Amino acid sequence: MKYGILIVSHVNEIALGVTKLIKEAAPDLSITYAGGTEDNDIGSSPEKIQAAIDENTGDKILAFYDLGSSKMNLEMLMEFTDRDIEKFDVAFVEGAYTAATLAQISSPIESIEESLAPLKIK
Amino acid sequence: MKLELEQAQNWLNEFFESIIENKDLLNELDTAIGDGDHGTNMERGVKAAQEALQNKPATDVAKLYMTTAMSLVNKVGGASGPLYGTAFMDMAKAVKSENIELADLIQIGTDGIKRRGESDVKMKTMIDVWQPVADGLSDDKLNSEVIEKALNDTKDIVATKGRASYLGEQSVGHLDPGAKSSELLFKALLNQI
Repeated sequence: MKYGILIVSHVNEIALGVTKLIKEAAPDLSITYAGGTEDNDIGSSPEKIQAAIDENTGDKILAFYDLGSSKMNLEMLMEFTDRDIEKFDVAFVEGAYTAATLAQISSPIESIEESLAPLKIK
Repeated sequence: MKLELEQAQNWLNEFFESIIENKDLLNELDTAIGDGDHGTNMERGVKAAQEALQNKPATDVAKLYMTTAMSLVNKVGGASGPLYGTAFMDMAKAVKSENIELADLIQIGTDGIKRRGESDVKMKTMIDVWQPVADGLSDDKLNSEVIEKALNDTKDIVATKGRASYLGEQSVGHLDPGAKSSELLFKALLNQI
């Protein structure tokens, strides 16, 4: 089983930046992102998130987001998809980086969850 | 009572127009306690719904609610997209095999918003309008005063959900913008029942 990582932000450049950062920690994983609205304004686009899910070649996708509507759109898509996606309510950058580091070496999901637990934000 | 297709179409058409008319007011309310774009976001969503329903008019209430849901979900861009979108999506699913009582329909929509937003009443959100409306319908006591009171009551609530919750106590004294757009939704509904 191979992990994939999904990054969702309200701002395209933030999504791009976080992706760039965590690629350093996980060069061999499929990392896809969705940032901003369709017009690249600030916001959240389910169509973009869906496209990022479709592009992701991981068997289990670890998903990270920044603010409220990114989270809600992600959850809504998770209700529809048959892909295996696990969403983490953790500090966005640090959480994604930690997960990427562990996913790169194919750590069991339990140990990824354990490492992310202290970063939980709510 | 049950809302038939023509009434439901009139309801939503009036709601869409009312959002467009009140765009600036919704933005203003959102500027006070949020990110200032509720009107602009909702306008984008309802215009997409108008266009989608013009291109392919709904042939039953389930399709009407589903097209509305998908337009709002895809085009709003803010938190109100998935919230209104989930409400209408759940309502569409609920009337898929046969139409249901209006009170039950609105309660299903309300429950959808609660689930999606992981929230409940008294958190200064749109739920503070949706839930009283659902209750009013089920007690057969819904009128414009009930809706206005629900909206105005959001003024005194300290926000504990959504962007306004970052302001904490400072959110008191402001109407919730999502509650205002929900008031527009249900004022339009009143004209059909």
